[in-house]
Amino acid sequence: MLAAAVLASVTFAVTFGPAQITPAEVWGSILHHLGIGPSPLNPLRDSIVWQLRLPRVLTAGAVGAGLALAGVVMQAITRNPLADPYLLGLSSGASLGAVAVLLLGSALLLPFAAFLGAVIALAATLLLAGAFGRITPGRTILAGIAVSALAGAITSLIIFWTVTGDSYREILAWLLGSLAGARWPAVTIAVVAIVVAGIPIMLSGRVLDAVAFGDTSAATLGINVSATRWIMLTAAALLTGAMVSVSGAIGFVGLILPHAVRLLVGPRHRLLLPLSALVGASFLIWADTVARSLFDPRELPVGIVTAIIGAPIFAVLLARRKVAS
Amino acid sequence: MSGFGAESAGTRGLESDGLYAERLTVHRDGHLIIDGIDCRAPSGAVTALIGPNGSGKSTLLHALATVLASSSGVIRFDGDDLTALHRRERARTIALVEQDASTELSLSVTETVALGRIPHQGIFADESDADRAITREALETVSMSDFATRDVTELSGGERQRVLLARALAQEPRLLLLDEPTNHLDISAQLATLALLHELAASGVTVIAALHDLTLAAGWSDHVIVLADGRVVAAGATATTLTPQLIDEVYGVRAEIVARKGHRPTIAFSRRD
Repeated sequence: MLAAAVLASVTFAVTFGPAQITPAEVWGSILHHLGIGPSPLNPLRDSIVWQLRLPRVLTAGAVGAGLALAGVVMQAITRNPLADPYLLGLSSGASLGAVAVLLLGSALLLPFAAFLGAVIALAATLLLAGAFGRITPGRTILAGIAVSALAGAITSLIIFWTVTGDSYREILAWLLGSLAGARWPAVTIAVVAIVVAGIPIMLSGRVLDAVAFGDTSAATLGINVSATRWIMLTAAALLTGAMVSVSGAIGFVGLILPHAVRLLVGPRHRLLLPLSALVGASFLIWADTVARSLFDPRELPVGIVTAIIGAPIFAVLLARRKVAS
Repeated sequence: MSGFGAESAGTRGLESDGLYAERLTVHRDGHLIIDGIDCRAPSGAVTALIGPNGSGKSTLLHALATVLASSSGVIRFDGDDLTALHRRERARTIALVEQDASTELSLSVTETVALGRIPHQGIFADESDADRAITREALETVSMSDFATRDVTELSGGERQRVLLARALAQEPRLLLLDEPTNHLDISAQLATLALLHELAASGVTVIAALHDLTLAAGWSDHVIVLADGRVVAAGATATTLTPQLIDEVYGVRAEIVARKGHRPTIAFSRRD
């Protein structure tokens, strides 16, 4: 049913925009490009669907799914319900890596640099959190903020020295999280990352349940804890790096979607993982549709939309934790 | 040690029965926590692991559960080298009930106990009817069936302790290790847990429980291993090993074993003058 919701979201999101296009025309165009039948649209309108809107909507879906998956994995592995790629500094690290190679003029290396940035930021956050004793949820968040701030500052410095004029606004929009530039290469990067990282993640549902009681507890259940941790965190960093390289740092999707889905279906990861991916996909498709239609023809970076929705929810989660502990 | 072994061999007939550890050593942060221990726990019996705070009880249990990376030595169980077993096979053989294990994940009690079935399941396989039946039975055994759908993060310490015991039972282990299993439990639940350990032992499971309460150890264990400063200072049948002299030596208190006919022995303590 949720998969159908994602399909419907894709279809209807593509119909939104200045040019009026019906859902039937959307599918006609898609089928035409898959080699079935003629396109119902004239070449201009057809290219609006196939070259602009569809890749953007598909990228939004893939990025939403990827960030939600990364969030679930990080919350499980760090045993921290407040963990997410954005709050733990992965997104900022990925942005830094991306901006660094972007301004060196090597767009080809972008996803790899973003992945590397995410990995380094994650390592820095976990090292910093563990440097003063036991890793606690609170410490991890604080370490994530510190790493985010540092990566953000270096990113700003690079931009300040190298970017001039119009491209400044473009880079800024991308940093805030934007899908405006998403075309088919972006879809490819996002989908490949989801397949490569998603397979080991989806197979680890029960393992992620088992690590909830701690490393020792998981080890007594026959789980290779250190291998699990490295594979899962690398997968989360891969997802974050890929998603940031196509859409910039979109915040809070990885945090709020898993929580929302947990409220609906409970915390078992075998269910939580696929459903979070699907709900994340639908959510970001609609958030992006809002971002590009609300102040049409001007466009909001989608990261602003998710932050406006996500920040208050994060505050509520934080307050509830304080009460609980 | 040798007297203990001979007795076990005499009653069980098999030298290789139960748990047997040799030259077990554990370092942590550069400190020697377990110092070349030899120890033994016969199958079909409850062995109490006792010793003052910091003597290494918890660490020894973790080492015996083979979940410590920094331990060395030989651990044999029913003749098999435990450290050589594949980790899933090991998880089907040994279960460890940790002290105060907790979680942030709001699994239900049933889902928590079902985790004990993981070592019996393939990666792709879903829970089988047999898994569900074993999970239910484990909950019943610890009298927590009424809590089946409750959120495990909202249980009291004692309730959670029993749920984790049920999870260990769902593993269907032949070697059950417990770290202070009576902590947080009120007295009736303490006695119920100890009685359960005896039932398990009677069905052939080798049970080793770290207990800080010497009275419970005196009344409810068949054998004791007494630790002090990471070494075994005494081991053997509880009745002959856990004597006032030993308690004085290890704990520095005066003790009197009170044995009344038809009751389990208890201990009365007083400070040394």
